Amino acid sequence: MKVHTAIAQIKPRKGDYAHNLERLGDIFAQLEEDAPETNVLALPETVLSGYFLEGGVREAARTKEELFADLLTTYQARVKRPDAALDITLGFYELWEGKYYNSAIYATLSAPNAAIPSGIHHVHRKFFLPTYGVFDEKRFVSRGRAINAFPTRFGIVSVLICEDVWHSITATIAALKGAQIIYVLSASPGREFTGQHLGNVAQWNVLLPGIASEHNVWVVYAGLIGFEGGKGFTGTSQIVDPWGNAIVMGSATSECLVRGSLNLDDVAVARSASPLLADLESALGDITMQLEQVARKPHV
Amino acid sequence: MQRVKNMNRLPMVCAPPLNVEADGNLRINAPLLTEWLIEFLRDEIQRRRGFTKAVVGLSGGVDSALVTFLLARAFGAENVYAIRMPYRASSQDSLDHAQMVVDATGVNVETIEITDAVDGYLQFAPDADGRRRGNVMARQRMIILFDQSQRLGTIPVGTGNKTERLFGYFTWHADDSPPINPLGDLYKTQVWDLARYIGVPEIIVDKPASADLVVGQTDESDFGITYHKADRILFYLLRGHNAERLIEMGFPEHDVRLVKRKVDSTHWKRHLPTVAMLSSTSINDYYLRPVDY
Repeated sequence: MKVHTAIAQIKPRKGDYAHNLERLGDIFAQLEEDAPETNVLALPETVLSGYFLEGGVREAARTKEELFADLLTTYQARVKRPDAALDITLGFYELWEGKYYNSAIYATLSAPNAAIPSGIHHVHRKFFLPTYGVFDEKRFVSRGRAINAFPTRFGIVSVLICEDVWHSITATIAALKGAQIIYVLSASPGREFTGQHLGNVAQWNVLLPGIASEHNVWVVYAGLIGFEGGKGFTGTSQIVDPWGNAIVMGSATSECLVRGSLNLDDVAVARSASPLLADLESALGDITMQLEQVARKPHV
Repeated sequence: MQRVKNMNRLPMVCAPPLNVEADGNLRINAPLLTEWLIEFLRDEIQRRRGFTKAVVGLSGGVDSALVTFLLARAFGAENVYAIRMPYRASSQDSLDHAQMVVDATGVNVETIEITDAVDGYLQFAPDADGRRRGNVMARQRMIILFDQSQRLGTIPVGTGNKTERLFGYFTWHADDSPPINPLGDLYKTQVWDLARYIGVPEIIVDKPASADLVVGQTDESDFGITYHKADRILFYLLRGHNAERLIEMGFPEHDVRLVKRKVDSTHWKRHLPTVAMLSSTSINDYYLRPVDY
Protein backbone atom coordinates (compact mmCIF):
# COMPACT_ATOMS: atom_id res chain seq x y z
CA MET A 1 0.00 0.00 0.00
CA LYS A 2 1.26 3.47 -0.87
CA VAL A 3 0.71 6.31 1.56
CA HIS A 4 0.98 9.69 -0.13
CA THR A 5 2.28 11.88 2.64
CA ALA A 6 2.70 15.63 3.00
CA ILE A 7 4.44 17.50 5.80
CA ALA A 8 3.58 21.18 6.27
CA GLN A 9 6.61 22.86 7.76
CA ILE A 10 5.23 26.23 8.84
CA LYS A 11 5.85 29.06 11.27
CA PRO A 12 2.80 29.66 13.45
CA ARG A 13 1.81 33.10 14.68
CA LYS A 14 2.54 33.14 18.40
CA GLY A 15 -0.47 32.39 20.56
CA ASP A 16 -2.93 33.06 17.71
CA TYR A 17 -4.94 29.84 17.38
CA ALA A 18 -7.53 31.33 14.99
CA HIS A 19 -4.91 32.67 12.58
CA ASN A 20 -2.96 29.42 12.61
CA LEU A 21 -6.11 27.44 11.96
CA GLU A 22 -6.84 29.69 8.98
CA ARG A 23 -3.32 29.05 7.75
CA LEU A 24 -3.99 25.35 7.99
CA GLY A 25 -7.08 25.95 5.83
CA ASP A 26 -4.80 27.40 3.15
CA ILE A 27 -2.72 24.22 3.28
CA PHE A 28 -5.85 22.08 2.88
CA ALA A 29 -6.79 24.18 -0.15
CA GLN A 30 -3.31 23.94 -1.66
CA LEU A 31 -3.23 20.17 -1.27
CA GLU A 32 -6.71 19.98 -2.79
CA GLU A 33 -5.43 21.82 -5.87
CA ASP A 34 -1.82 20.66 -6.14
CA ALA A 35 -1.81 17.20 -4.58
CA PRO A 36 -5.34 15.83 -4.09
CA GLU A 37 -3.93 12.30 -3.83
CA THR A 38 -2.44 13.16 -0.41
CA ASN A 39 -3.50 10.61 2.20
CA VAL A 40 -1.82 11.93 5.33
CA LEU A 41 -0.81 15.45 6.32
CA ALA A 42 1.63 15.85 9.22
CA LEU A 43 2.39 19.14 10.96
CA PRO A 44 4.88 19.93 13.73
CA GLU A 45 4.64 20.08 17.50
CA THR A 46 2.51 22.98 18.88
CA VAL A 47 1.85 24.20 15.34
CA LEU A 48 -1.39 25.98 16.25
CA SER A 49 0.16 28.22 18.92
CA GLY A 50 3.94 28.28 18.74
CA TYR A 51 6.12 26.33 21.18
CA PHE A 52 7.50 28.71 23.84
CA LEU A 53 4.32 29.90 25.56
CA GLU A 54 5.23 29.60 29.24
CA GLY A 55 2.05 30.47 31.19
CA GLY A 56 0.31 31.17 27.88
CA VAL A 57 -0.27 27.42 27.55
CA ARG A 58 -3.51 27.80 29.50
CA GLU A 59 -4.76 30.36 26.96
CA ALA A 60 -3.75 28.33 23.90
CA ALA A 61 -4.84 24.89 25.06
CA ARG A 62 -7.89 23.19 23.56
CA THR A 63 -9.64 19.93 24.28
CA LYS A 64 -9.25 17.27 21.62
CA GLU A 65 -12.96 17.59 20.84
CA GLU A 66 -12.70 21.36 20.32
CA LEU A 67 -9.62 20.94 18.16
CA PHE A 68 -11.16 18.19 16.05
CA ALA A 69 -14.34 20.24 15.50
CA ASP A 70 -12.25 23.23 14.37
CA LEU A 71 -10.09 21.08 12.08
CA LEU A 72 -13.13 19.49 10.51
CA THR A 73 -14.92 22.81 9.96
CA THR A 74 -11.79 24.30 8.41
CA TYR A 75 -11.23 21.27 6.20
CA GLN A 76 -14.80 21.09 4.95
CA ALA A 77 -14.75 24.81 4.15
CA ARG A 78 -11.66 24.47 1.97
CA VAL A 79 -12.08 21.21 0.03
CA LYS A 80 -14.29 20.90 -3.04
CA ARG A 81 -14.32 17.20 -3.89
CA PRO A 82 -17.43 15.54 -2.40
CA ASP A 83 -15.44 12.41 -1.54
CA ALA A 84 -12.43 14.26 -0.10
CA ALA A 85 -10.79 12.75 2.97
CA LEU A 86 -7.48 13.35 4.67
CA ASP A 87 -5.76 11.89 7.68
CA ILE A 88 -3.97 14.52 9.74
CA THR A 89 -1.58 14.52 12.66
CA LEU A 90 -0.46 17.71 14.37
CA GLY A 91 0.83 18.97 17.69
CA PHE A 92 -1.20 21.19 20.04
CA TYR A 93 -1.41 22.24 23.66
CA GLU A 94 -4.23 20.17 25.12
CA LEU A 95 -6.55 20.53 28.08
CA TRP A 96 -7.49 17.00 29.17
CA GLU A 97 -9.21 15.93 32.38
CA GLY A 98 -8.19 19.07 34.22
CA LYS A 99 -4.55 19.14 33.17
CA TYR A 100 -2.53 20.63 30.34
CA TYR A 101 -0.44 18.50 27.97
CA ASN A 102 1.85 18.89 24.98
CA SER A 103 -0.11 16.56 22.69
CA ALA A 104 -0.47 15.26 19.16
CA ILE A 105 -3.77 14.33 17.55
CA TYR A 106 -4.26 11.81 14.74
CA ALA A 107 -7.63 12.15 13.01
CA THR A 108 -9.47 11.62 9.76
CA LEU A 109 -11.15 14.64 8.17
CA SER A 110 -13.64 14.13 5.39
CA ALA A 111 -16.08 16.09 3.26
CA PRO A 112 -19.68 16.09 4.57
CA ASN A 113 -20.91 13.44 2.12
CA ALA A 114 -17.74 11.38 1.85
CA ALA A 115 -17.93 7.64 2.40
CA ILE A 116 -14.96 7.73 4.75
CA PRO A 117 -16.07 8.82 8.22
CA SER A 118 -14.38 11.64 10.11
CA GLY A 119 -13.09 10.97 13.58
CA ILE A 120 -10.31 11.10 16.15
CA HIS A 121 -8.15 7.97 16.16
CA HIS A 122 -5.64 8.81 18.85
CA VAL A 123 -4.09 11.49 21.02
CA HIS A 124 -0.48 11.04 22.12
CA ARG A 125 0.61 13.06 25.13
CA LYS A 126 4.32 13.87 25.19
CA PHE A 127 6.05 11.26 27.32
CA PHE A 128 9.40 12.95 27.91
CA LEU A 129 9.11 16.66 28.72
CA PRO A 130 12.43 18.49 28.27
CA THR A 131 13.10 20.72 31.26
CA TYR A 132 16.68 21.86 30.99
CA GLY A 133 18.52 24.74 29.34
CA VAL A 134 16.14 26.58 27.07
CA PHE A 135 13.31 24.10 27.76
CA ASP A 136 10.86 24.36 30.65
CA GLU A 137 8.01 22.03 29.77
CA LYS A 138 7.44 20.31 33.12
CA ARG A 139 6.65 23.68 34.61
CA PHE A 140 3.70 24.23 32.30
CA VAL A 141 2.36 20.85 31.16
CA SER A 142 1.88 17.37 32.57
CA ARG A 143 3.63 14.28 31.28
CA GLY A 144 1.84 11.74 29.15
CA ARG A 145 2.05 8.17 30.44
CA ALA A 146 1.50 5.97 27.39
CA ILE A 147 3.09 5.09 24.07
CA ASN A 148 0.71 3.44 21.68
CA ALA A 149 0.37 2.16 18.16
CA PHE A 150 -3.07 2.32 16.59
CA PRO A 151 -4.69 1.22 13.33
CA THR A 152 -5.47 3.78 10.65
CA ARG A 153 -6.57 3.63 7.01
CA PHE A 154 -2.87 3.75 6.21
CA GLY A 155 -1.29 1.14 8.41
CA ILE A 156 -0.62 0.80 12.10
CA VAL A 157 1.11 3.96 13.25
CA SER A 158 2.49 5.74 16.29
CA VAL A 159 2.89 9.44 16.98
CA LEU A 160 5.72 10.64 19.19
CA ILE A 161 6.79 14.18 20.06
CA CYS A 162 10.31 15.58 19.91
CA GLU A 163 12.28 14.47 23.02
CA ASP A 164 10.22 11.30 23.09
CA VAL A 165 12.47 9.93 20.37
CA TRP A 166 15.73 11.16 21.90
CA HIS A 167 15.17 8.12 24.14
CA SER A 168 15.48 5.08 21.92
CA ILE A 169 13.11 3.10 24.10
CA THR A 170 9.98 5.00 23.00
CA ALA A 171 10.38 4.11 19.33
CA THR A 172 11.21 0.58 20.42
CA ILE A 173 7.91 0.33 22.30
CA ALA A 174 6.04 1.81 19.32
CA ALA A 175 7.60 -0.74 16.97
CA LEU A 176 6.91 -3.61 19.37
CA LYS A 177 3.28 -2.51 19.50
CA GLY A 178 3.12 -2.85 15.75
CA ALA A 179 3.85 0.59 14.30
CA GLN A 180 4.83 0.57 10.63
CA ILE A 181 5.01 4.34 10.45
CA ILE A 182 6.23 6.49 13.31
CA TYR A 183 5.26 10.15 13.03
CA VAL A 184 7.62 12.40 14.95
CA LEU A 185 6.35 15.94 15.51
CA SER A 186 8.96 18.36 16.72
CA ALA A 187 9.87 21.93 17.68
CA SER A 188 13.65 21.85 17.78
CA PRO A 189 15.49 25.14 18.40
CA GLY A 190 18.71 25.48 16.37
CA ARG A 191 21.99 25.62 18.26
CA GLU A 192 25.69 25.03 17.62
CA PHE A 193 27.05 26.29 14.32
CA THR A 194 30.41 24.58 14.35
CA GLY A 195 29.76 21.68 11.99
CA GLN A 196 28.48 21.05 8.51
CA HIS A 197 24.90 21.13 9.81
CA LEU A 198 23.35 22.84 12.81
CA GLY A 199 24.15 20.80 15.92
CA ASN A 200 20.59 19.72 16.64
CA VAL A 201 19.91 18.95 12.97
CA ALA A 202 22.99 16.73 12.91
CA GLN A 203 21.61 14.90 15.94
CA TRP A 204 18.19 14.42 14.29
CA ASN A 205 19.97 13.11 11.22
CA VAL A 206 21.44 10.39 13.44
CA LEU A 207 18.32 9.67 15.49
CA LEU A 208 15.71 9.36 12.75
CA PRO A 209 17.62 6.98 10.45
CA GLY A 210 18.62 5.07 13.59
CA ILE A 211 14.98 4.48 14.54
CA ALA A 212 13.98 3.61 10.98
CA SER A 213 16.80 1.17 10.36
CA GLU A 214 16.72 -0.53 13.77
CA HIS A 215 13.01 -1.33 13.63
CA ASN A 216 12.53 -1.17 9.84
CA VAL A 217 9.73 1.36 10.05
CA TRP A 218 8.95 4.46 8.06
CA VAL A 219 9.64 7.66 10.00
CA VAL A 220 7.83 10.87 9.10
CA TYR A 221 9.36 13.87 10.84
CA ALA A 222 7.58 17.26 10.94
CA GLY A 223 9.76 20.10 12.24
CA LEU A 224 8.57 23.56 13.27
CA ILE A 225 10.21 26.51 11.51
CA GLY A 226 10.76 30.21 12.23
CA PHE A 227 11.97 32.21 15.23
CA GLU A 228 10.37 32.65 18.63
CA GLY A 229 12.09 35.29 20.72
CA GLY A 230 15.50 34.71 19.14
CA LYS A 231 15.21 30.93 19.18
CA GLY A 232 14.94 29.59 15.65
CA PHE A 233 13.38 26.21 14.89
CA THR A 234 15.15 24.11 12.34
CA GLY A 235 12.49 22.52 10.15
CA THR A 236 14.26 19.81 8.10
CA SER A 237 11.01 17.86 7.91
CA GLN A 238 11.75 14.54 6.31
CA ILE A 239 10.61 11.05 5.41
CA VAL A 240 12.98 8.21 6.25
CA ASP A 241 12.54 4.79 4.69
CA PRO A 242 12.77 1.47 6.63
CA TRP A 243 16.46 1.14 5.70
CA GLY A 244 17.31 4.51 7.26
CA ASN A 245 17.56 6.66 4.16
CA ALA A 246 15.92 10.08 4.09
CA ILE A 247 14.01 10.13 0.80
CA VAL A 248 13.11 13.81 1.08
CA MET A 249 14.00 16.67 3.44
CA GLY A 250 12.82 20.26 3.81
CA SER A 251 14.84 23.40 4.46
CA ALA A 252 16.24 24.36 7.88
CA THR A 253 15.21 27.99 7.50
CA SER A 254 12.06 28.37 5.42
CA GLU A 255 8.48 27.19 5.21
CA CYS A 256 7.61 24.43 2.75
CA LEU A 257 5.46 21.42 1.99
CA VAL A 258 7.51 18.23 1.98
CA ARG A 259 5.97 15.33 0.08
CA GLY A 260 6.74 11.69 -0.51
CA SER A 261 5.08 8.32 -1.01
CA LEU A 262 5.59 5.60 1.58
CA ASN A 263 5.23 2.04 0.43
CA LEU A 264 4.17 0.04 3.47
CA ASP A 265 5.28 -3.19 1.76
CA ASP A 266 8.85 -1.98 2.30
CA VAL A 267 8.51 -2.60 6.03
CA ALA A 268 8.28 -6.36 5.53
CA VAL A 269 10.96 -6.35 2.83
CA ALA A 270 13.41 -4.57 5.11
CA ARG A 271 12.58 -6.79 8.07
CA SER A 272 13.11 -9.95 6.06
CA ALA A 273 16.75 -8.97 5.51
CA SER A 274 17.31 -7.57 8.99
CA PRO A 275 15.03 -9.27 11.56
CA LEU A 276 16.14 -7.12 14.51
CA LEU A 277 12.58 -6.48 15.68
CA ALA A 278 11.85 -10.23 15.70
CA ASP A 279 15.05 -10.80 17.69
CA LEU A 280 13.91 -8.19 20.15
CA GLU A 281 10.47 -9.78 20.50
CA SER A 282 12.02 -13.17 21.23
CA ALA A 283 14.18 -11.69 24.00
CA LEU A 284 11.45 -9.51 25.46
CA GLY A 285 10.92 -11.62 28.57
CA ASP A 286 14.56 -11.34 29.60
CA ILE A 287 14.67 -7.67 28.75
CA THR A 288 11.59 -7.03 30.88
CA MET A 289 13.21 -8.83 33.81
CA GLN A 290 16.33 -6.71 33.42
CA LEU A 291 14.30 -3.51 33.33
CA GLU A 292 12.26 -4.54 36.36
CA GLN A 293 15.47 -5.16 38.30
CA VAL A 294 16.66 -1.67 37.47
CA ALA A 295 13.27 -0.09 38.23
CA ARG A 296 13.04 -1.83 41.61
CA LYS A 297 16.58 -1.04 42.71
CA PRO A 298 16.34 1.16 45.81
CA HIS A 299 17.62 4.68 45.24
CA VAL A 300 19.93 4.88 48.25
CA MET B 1 61.74 -0.69 32.67
CA GLN B 2 63.34 -3.20 30.35
CA ARG B 3 61.24 -3.94 27.27
CA VAL B 4 60.28 -7.57 26.67
CA LYS B 5 61.93 -8.94 23.57
CA ASN B 6 60.25 -11.02 20.89
CA MET B 7 56.77 -9.94 21.97
CA ASN B 8 54.07 -9.50 19.35
CA ARG B 9 53.20 -5.81 19.92
CA LEU B 10 50.02 -4.18 18.70
CA PRO B 11 50.21 -0.76 17.13
CA MET B 12 48.69 1.81 19.49
CA VAL B 13 46.16 4.43 18.46
CA CYS B 14 46.02 7.18 21.10
CA ALA B 15 43.68 10.11 21.59
CA PRO B 16 45.65 13.36 21.23
CA PRO B 17 46.12 15.44 24.37
CA LEU B 18 43.96 18.54 24.69
CA ASN B 19 45.56 21.55 23.06
CA VAL B 20 44.37 24.62 24.94
CA GLU B 21 45.41 26.80 22.02
CA ALA B 22 43.26 24.88 19.54
CA ASP B 23 40.18 26.69 18.28
CA GLY B 24 38.14 23.72 17.06
CA ASN B 25 35.40 24.24 19.63
CA LEU B 26 34.91 27.84 18.58
CA ARG B 27 35.07 27.31 14.85
CA ILE B 28 31.93 28.44 13.06
CA ASN B 29 30.20 27.39 9.88
CA ALA B 30 30.14 30.96 8.57
CA PRO B 31 27.80 30.51 5.56
CA LEU B 32 25.24 28.63 7.67
CA LEU B 33 25.50 31.14 10.51
CA THR B 34 25.16 34.11 8.14
CA GLU B 35 21.98 32.70 6.65
CA TRP B 36 20.62 32.01 10.14
CA LEU B 37 21.31 35.51 11.46
CA ILE B 38 19.78 37.15 8.38
CA GLU B 39 16.62 35.10 8.95
CA PHE B 40 16.70 36.07 12.63
CA LEU B 41 16.87 39.78 11.76
CA ARG B 42 14.09 39.52 9.18
CA ASP B 43 11.93 37.59 11.57
CA GLU B 44 12.39 39.91 14.54
CA ILE B 45 12.24 43.23 12.69
CA GLN B 46 9.99 42.58 9.72
CA ARG B 47 7.71 39.64 10.43
CA ARG B 48 7.19 40.08 14.14
CA ARG B 49 7.17 43.87 14.38
CA GLY B 50 6.29 44.90 10.84
CA PHE B 51 9.22 47.30 10.39
CA THR B 52 11.03 47.60 7.09
CA LYS B 53 14.05 49.63 8.24
CA ALA B 54 16.79 49.13 10.78
CA VAL B 55 19.00 51.46 12.79
CA VAL B 56 22.46 50.63 14.10
CA GLY B 57 25.12 52.64 15.89
CA LEU B 58 28.25 52.36 13.76
CA SER B 59 31.39 52.88 15.82
CA GLY B 60 34.07 51.79 13.40
CA GLY B 61 34.67 48.60 15.39
CA VAL B 62 34.17 45.06 14.17
CA ASP B 63 30.93 44.29 16.05
CA SER B 64 28.87 47.13 14.63
CA ALA B 65 30.54 46.68 11.23
CA LEU B 66 29.42 43.04 11.14
CA VAL B 67 25.87 43.93 12.20
CA THR B 68 25.72 46.60 9.48
CA PHE B 69 26.77 44.04 6.87
CA LEU B 70 24.14 41.59 8.13
CA LEU B 71 21.41 44.24 8.13
CA ALA B 72 22.31 45.32 4.59
CA ARG B 73 22.00 41.69 3.47
CA ALA B 74 18.72 41.23 5.34
CA PHE B 75 16.88 44.39 4.34
CA GLY B 76 18.81 46.00 1.49
CA ALA B 77 21.29 48.84 2.08
CA GLU B 78 18.68 51.50 1.34
CA ASN B 79 16.70 50.43 4.42
CA VAL B 80 19.60 50.48 6.87
CA TYR B 81 20.56 53.62 8.78
CA ALA B 82 23.99 53.68 10.38
CA ILE B 83 24.45 56.41 12.96
CA ARG B 84 27.97 57.56 13.83
CA MET B 85 28.08 59.24 17.23
CA PRO B 86 31.58 60.50 17.91
CA TYR B 87 32.69 62.35 21.03
CA ARG B 88 35.45 64.92 20.67
CA ALA B 89 37.97 62.41 22.06
CA SER B 90 36.94 59.63 19.67
CA SER B 91 39.69 58.56 17.31
CA GLN B 92 39.68 59.63 13.68
CA ASP B 93 40.34 56.00 12.80
CA SER B 94 36.94 55.06 14.21
CA LEU B 95 35.18 57.56 11.97
CA ASP B 96 37.25 56.51 8.96
CA HIS B 97 36.58 52.82 9.53
CA ALA B 98 32.87 53.47 9.94
CA GLN B 99 32.98 55.24 6.59
CA MET B 100 34.67 52.19 5.05
CA VAL B 101 31.71 50.08 6.18
CA VAL B 102 29.27 52.59 4.74
CA ASP B 103 31.17 52.61 1.44
CA ALA B 104 31.33 48.82 1.31
CA THR B 105 27.66 48.22 2.12
CA GLY B 106 25.99 51.34 0.69
CA VAL B 107 23.84 51.88 3.80
CA ASN B 108 22.56 55.33 4.78
CA VAL B 109 24.76 57.16 7.25
CA GLU B 110 24.35 60.08 9.57
CA THR B 111 26.86 61.56 11.97
CA ILE B 112 25.53 63.03 15.20
CA GLU B 113 28.15 64.44 17.56
CA ILE B 114 27.54 63.67 21.21
CA THR B 115 30.12 66.13 22.54
CA ASP B 116 27.75 68.99 23.38
CA ALA B 117 25.20 66.72 25.04
CA VAL B 118 27.82 64.82 27.06
CA ASP B 119 29.81 67.91 28.08
CA GLY B 120 26.56 69.73 28.84
CA TYR B 121 25.93 67.22 31.61
CA LEU B 122 29.54 66.70 32.66
CA GLN B 123 29.97 70.39 33.48
CA PHE B 124 27.80 69.56 36.48
CA ALA B 125 29.96 66.55 37.31
CA PRO B 126 33.52 67.86 37.14
CA ASP B 127 34.79 65.07 39.37
CA ALA B 128 33.59 62.31 37.00
CA ASP B 129 36.33 59.77 36.38
CA GLY B 130 36.88 57.89 33.12
CA ARG B 131 34.37 55.18 33.93
CA ARG B 132 31.59 57.64 34.70
CA ARG B 133 32.38 59.66 31.61
CA GLY B 134 32.33 56.52 29.50
CA ASN B 135 28.96 55.51 30.92
CA VAL B 136 27.53 58.97 30.17
CA MET B 137 28.73 58.68 26.56
CA ALA B 138 27.31 55.19 26.14
CA ARG B 139 23.94 56.25 27.56
CA GLN B 140 23.87 59.38 25.42
CA ARG B 141 24.45 57.24 22.34
CA MET B 142 21.47 55.08 23.28
CA ILE B 143 19.25 58.16 23.71
CA ILE B 144 20.16 59.09 20.15
CA LEU B 145 19.76 55.59 18.72
CA PHE B 146 16.31 55.13 20.22
CA ASP B 147 15.24 58.62 19.15
CA GLN B 148 16.47 58.10 15.61
CA SER B 149 14.68 54.75 15.55
CA GLN B 150 11.49 56.49 16.60
CA ARG B 151 11.99 59.02 13.80
CA LEU B 152 12.45 56.27 11.23
CA GLY B 153 9.69 54.07 12.58
CA THR B 154 11.81 51.12 13.64
CA ILE B 155 14.04 49.80 16.43
CA PRO B 156 17.78 49.92 17.06
CA VAL B 157 19.80 46.73 16.64
CA GLY B 158 22.37 45.80 19.29
CA THR B 159 25.96 44.80 18.62
CA GLY B 160 27.30 43.42 21.91
CA ASN B 161 29.11 40.08 21.68
CA LYS B 162 29.07 37.14 24.10
CA THR B 163 32.54 37.74 25.51
CA GLU B 164 31.86 41.31 26.54
CA ARG B 165 28.44 40.32 27.86
CA LEU B 166 30.04 37.62 30.01
CA PHE B 167 32.70 40.03 31.24
CA GLY B 168 30.12 42.72 31.99
CA TYR B 169 32.16 44.96 29.71
CA PHE B 170 29.34 47.29 28.74
CA THR B 171 27.28 50.08 30.26
CA TRP B 172 24.16 48.65 31.86
CA HIS B 173 20.97 49.69 30.05
CA ALA B 174 23.04 51.41 27.39
CA ASP B 175 25.01 49.20 24.97
CA ASP B 176 22.81 46.27 25.96
CA SER B 177 19.46 48.06 25.58
CA PRO B 178 18.51 47.53 21.90
CA PRO B 179 15.65 45.02 21.84
CA ILE B 180 17.34 42.62 19.45
CA ASN B 181 20.94 41.57 19.05
CA PRO B 182 22.29 39.11 16.47
CA LEU B 183 25.78 38.80 18.02
CA GLY B 184 25.03 38.26 21.69
CA ASP B 185 25.70 34.50 21.58
CA LEU B 186 28.95 34.77 19.59
CA TYR B 187 32.32 34.98 21.28
CA LYS B 188 34.54 37.81 20.05
CA THR B 189 36.83 35.46 18.16
CA GLN B 190 33.77 34.05 16.39
CA VAL B 191 32.70 37.61 15.53
CA TRP B 192 36.10 38.09 13.90
CA ASP B 193 35.69 34.91 11.86
CA LEU B 194 32.19 35.82 10.71
CA ALA B 195 33.24 39.38 9.91
CA ARG B 196 36.07 38.10 7.69
CA TYR B 197 33.68 35.78 5.89
CA ILE B 198 31.05 38.42 5.24
CA GLY B 199 33.55 40.94 3.93
CA VAL B 200 34.19 43.46 6.72
CA PRO B 201 37.42 45.27 5.71
CA GLU B 202 40.47 43.51 7.15
CA ILE B 203 41.77 46.67 8.80
CA ILE B 204 38.64 46.73 10.99
CA VAL B 205 38.80 43.03 11.85
CA ASP B 206 42.52 43.06 12.60
CA LYS B 207 42.78 46.21 14.71
CA PRO B 208 42.79 45.90 18.51
CA ALA B 209 39.22 46.07 19.80
CA SER B 210 38.49 49.25 21.72
CA ALA B 211 35.52 50.91 23.39
CA ASP B 212 37.16 54.18 22.25
CA LEU B 213 36.06 56.02 25.36
CA VAL B 214 39.62 56.98 26.37
CA VAL B 215 42.51 57.66 23.99
CA GLY B 216 44.64 54.54 23.49
CA GLN B 217 42.22 52.27 25.31
CA THR B 218 41.91 48.63 24.17
CA ASP B 219 39.56 45.92 25.42
CA GLU B 220 42.35 43.44 26.02
CA SER B 221 44.40 45.85 28.12
CA ASP B 222 41.26 46.56 30.16
CA PHE B 223 40.65 42.82 30.62
CA GLY B 224 44.21 41.74 31.35
CA ILE B 225 43.82 38.82 28.92
CA THR B 226 43.46 38.42 25.16
CA TYR B 227 40.17 37.53 23.57
CA HIS B 228 41.85 34.48 22.07
CA LYS B 229 42.69 33.08 25.51
CA ALA B 230 39.55 34.30 27.24
CA ASP B 231 37.15 32.75 24.71
CA ARG B 232 38.69 29.30 25.05
CA ILE B 233 38.39 29.45 28.82
CA LEU B 234 34.84 30.78 28.60
CA PHE B 235 33.89 27.92 26.29
CA TYR B 236 34.83 25.29 28.88
CA LEU B 237 33.50 27.25 31.89
CA LEU B 238 30.08 27.71 30.29
CA ARG B 239 29.99 24.06 29.30
CA GLY B 240 30.07 23.28 32.98
CA HIS B 241 33.70 22.45 33.83
CA ASN B 242 35.02 23.96 37.05
CA ALA B 243 38.16 26.06 37.34
CA GLU B 244 40.26 23.20 38.69
CA ARG B 245 39.42 21.04 35.67
CA LEU B 246 40.48 23.84 33.31
CA ILE B 247 43.78 24.25 35.13
CA GLU B 248 44.27 20.48 34.88
CA MET B 249 43.62 20.76 31.14
CA GLY B 250 46.55 23.14 30.85
CA PHE B 251 45.04 26.60 31.02
CA PRO B 252 47.15 28.99 33.16
CA GLU B 253 45.64 29.31 36.64
CA HIS B 254 45.91 33.09 36.59
CA ASP B 255 43.93 33.29 33.36
CA VAL B 256 41.24 30.89 34.55
CA ARG B 257 40.75 32.74 37.85
CA LEU B 258 40.64 36.09 36.08
CA VAL B 259 38.01 34.99 33.58
CA LYS B 260 35.89 33.24 36.20
CA ARG B 261 36.01 36.27 38.49
CA LYS B 262 34.80 38.55 35.71
CA VAL B 263 31.89 36.28 34.87
CA ASP B 264 30.93 35.62 38.51
CA SER B 265 30.92 39.30 39.44
CA THR B 266 28.67 40.46 36.62
CA HIS B 267 25.66 38.13 36.57
CA TRP B 268 23.48 41.06 37.66
CA LYS B 269 24.33 42.99 34.50
CA ARG B 270 22.76 40.30 32.38
CA HIS B 271 19.38 40.56 34.11
CA LEU B 272 16.54 43.01 34.41
CA PRO B 273 16.36 45.03 37.64
CA THR B 274 15.63 43.08 40.81
CA VAL B 275 12.01 43.57 41.84
CA ALA B 276 10.73 42.86 45.35
CA MET B 277 8.41 39.88 44.99
CA LEU B 278 5.24 40.53 46.99
CA SER B 279 2.56 38.32 45.46
CA SER B 280 1.98 34.98 43.83
CA THR B 281 1.43 36.77 40.52
CA SER B 282 4.83 38.50 40.51
CA ILE B 283 5.84 39.34 36.93
CA ASN B 284 8.52 37.00 35.54
CA ASP B 285 8.44 34.91 38.71
CA TYR B 286 4.87 33.58 38.59
CA TYR B 287 3.27 35.47 35.73
CA LEU B 288 5.35 34.10 32.87
CA ARG B 289 4.90 35.05 29.23
CA PRO B 290 7.64 34.91 26.58
CA VAL B 291 8.96 38.09 24.99
CA ASP B 292 7.18 37.48 21.70
CA TYR B 293 3.83 36.35 23.12
